[in-house]
Amino acid sequence: MSLLAVENLSARHGLLQAVSGVSFTAAEGEILALVGANGAGKTTLLRTIAGSHRAAGGRISFEGADLGTMRAHRRVQLGIALVPEGRRLFGAMTVEENLKVAGANGRRGRWTIETVLDAFALLKPLLRRRCGELSGGQQQATAIGRALMTNPRVLLLDEVSLGLSPVAVRTVYDSLQTVIAQGDTTIVLVEQDLSRALRIATRVACMLEGRIVLEGKAADLTRERITEAYFGLRRGEGGMRA
Amino acid sequence: MMFFDQILQGIFLGAYYALIACGLSFLFGVMRIINLAHGSIAVLSAFLVLSLAEHFGISPFFALLLAVPVMAAAGFVLQRTILERSLRSGPLTPLLSTFGLAVVLDNSMFQSFGANTRSLAPNIGDLSFAGWSGPGGIEVGQLAVLTLVVAVALLSGLQALLTYTPLGRAIRACAEDPETAELVGIDARHVYAAATAIALVTVAIAGTFLAMRSTFDPYTGPTQLIFAFEAIVIGGTGSLWGTLIGGIVLGVAQNLGSQVSPQGFLIGGHLAFLLVLAARFALAGRDWRGWFGVRSRAVA
Repeated sequence: MSLLAVENLSARHGLLQAVSGVSFTAAEGEILALVGANGAGKTTLLRTIAGSHRAAGGRISFEGADLGTMRAHRRVQLGIALVPEGRRLFGAMTVEENLKVAGANGRRGRWTIETVLDAFALLKPLLRRRCGELSGGQQQATAIGRALMTNPRVLLLDEVSLGLSPVAVRTVYDSLQTVIAQGDTTIVLVEQDLSRALRIATRVACMLEGRIVLEGKAADLTRERITEAYFGLRRGEGGMRA
Repeated sequence: MMFFDQILQGIFLGAYYALIACGLSFLFGVMRIINLAHGSIAVLSAFLVLSLAEHFGISPFFALLLAVPVMAAAGFVLQRTILERSLRSGPLTPLLSTFGLAVVLDNSMFQSFGANTRSLAPNIGDLSFAGWSGPGGIEVGQLAVLTLVVAVALLSGLQALLTYTPLGRAIRACAEDPETAELVGIDARHVYAAATAIALVTVAIAGTFLAMRSTFDPYTGPTQLIFAFEAIVIGGTGSLWGTLIGGIVLGVAQNLGSQVSPQGFLIGGHLAFLLVLAARFALAGRDWRGWFGVRSRAVA
């Protein structure tokens, strides 16, 4: 049974249909990369799964149970954590406080401040620094660490590399490998950097105008097919499945 | 020496203003709500403590211990029934709803307790007038010193709560970004209700000191609200220690003003308030947040 199942999900921003009839599943330990151009609905999809955005229709289930209108904090306690676009750290609080506040309100498990610092070693000297004073890469590492402190079973990562220098992106992704290596956390990754997404994903779903237009195993999809779906070059053929 | 005495008495008076203001500042820092019923709730607390003290024949301090859980529960209910619903309708609605609450409370207290002025001073024996004599004829009232000690202890306690406890960190997270707070597992509704409960506990303490140091009646609340508001604006909203400093500046200005003329007490305070407001306006580059001394969304 899949850990996370999204069925015919739709979400709106006012009159704008941001997500339309999206369905996918994610099994335990799977890494699903959601790719697509700006405005494709990826962020809204993740926010809807996390409970930050109200679904207009469809169903999201976690371990077979419908999440319905469950609030975001309850979903975190079930094991769904979102690293939001733009990091959205508590800037007036220190790195340690950001980690602690998540640790105190999430699930109990393997991830503690010590294990997070082992995975994200760059944070060790920064524990007492206010998050507002950190660089983009340091903030992203803190944001992922904060989400891990809730001991998620499904980790939703929104635009990990957005606005970061290539060095910072590499550092964050290297640390992320530690999480992936554990093998028990399902990751749904929204990433503009297609090469990087394909490198770590086991499956890829490409979104266009609120719909998934291509989905398949990362190993089965060529870069050309994804690019065509990304830009809608084969529109009119309906959804594609590898 | 008289000038020094006025400064000293102003500091003690400022400590009371800090007491009355800290709940208002706390609530604004966490939820961005200006609770216009704040003064009326302080007077309600004073009536509650007075009623408990007289009914059971106990010290007002023991009565305050009984009143604290009642006010905390009232805070929880206030958040869930009025403030939470008001917040959903935009930033102006809480102003209207708390103004309405103040009107209801004032008139309900008038209906229940009548128009007579009351005081807890007779219930605290010598404490209401006893003091220590210093050099140059300076008199320091014991109640004034107690007020200062309680104000500092209360602000220190709140600071420690916000800095070192999980609830405090959750309150600061919600103050900064309630949506993201939910994304790390915090129930923002619950945290807001807890913060309102804490704010009303501080109001209960302030109301008790109001009743011990002076007389009060059902319509004393709005005046206390103005003093609390002035102290907050002077000290900077959302800053707990700024509230103490703001209270002291207000108290000293009022005391010095009273030396100029009998009306100078109020005018001195208002002048200090306006001067700080003008300075903030000038320094903030016409940024409206500067008018209210907002430095960040974070509390403390």
